[in-house]
Amino acid sequence: MTETDRYAKLKEIIRIYLPEDVAVTEISASSHFINELNINSANLVDIVLDVEDAFDITLENEDMDQMQTVQDALDIIDGKLKE
Amino acid sequence: MNHQHIVSHLPYEKPFLFVDELTHVDTKGATGSFTFHREMYFYQGHFKDHPVTPGVLLTECCAQIGLVCLGIYLLQGEGVPMSNLQVGLSSSEMEFLLPVYPGEKVTVHSEKVYFRFNKLKCSVKMHNEEGQLVCKGILSGMFKNTADE
Repeated sequence: MTETDRYAKLKEIIRIYLPEDVAVTEISASSHFINELNINSANLVDIVLDVEDAFDITLENEDMDQMQTVQDALDIIDGKLKE
Repeated sequence: MNHQHIVSHLPYEKPFLFVDELTHVDTKGATGSFTFHREMYFYQGHFKDHPVTPGVLLTECCAQIGLVCLGIYLLQGEGVPMSNLQVGLSSSEMEFLLPVYPGEKVTVHSEKVYFRFNKLKCSVKMHNEEGQLVCKGILSGMFKNTADE
């Protein structure tokens, strides 16, 4: 899976949890989940659980704490896939 | 941690405590009961001349017993101190099948779907004293210990 594929797959997960006032086109690598995409902490957990299923990885509490932006999520996914 | 100890850590009190007794709790779920006493204030207005327990309060009762008591038990198992617990309901999807009238005792049973990153998701069921299913659904909540901050 290329990085572009991973990003597309992640974006598909995020779009499910976007509030109605945020468009899919607003998602970029630098987007902050909570401050910019208006995703609340409960939905962020859902995103993490969907990411775990989609990429067949397991995230820890530290990963969750570090996952502020879309790029953070991609870095964490990359790291886990290399393990 | 015994059952009454968990109830004592609930962040609610009258008139918004909807747990009388927690009868069972383990890592998979919780069971408890509550009696909606005839004198409870909301019956004066829900409905005019026809008191029925509001569905939102059945949901609240399910959440306090099924979600919050279970969450406290699970957090305690992880060694989290309970002194500054905050909880927020993050989603609820309930179906209501039978009315609950003033004076009825209900029993709530929950089953954990998952508890990850301080989010607890459970399926809940409420039965009346005849053993009939009153309502059921899926509830999620976020737990936070403000002592961490």
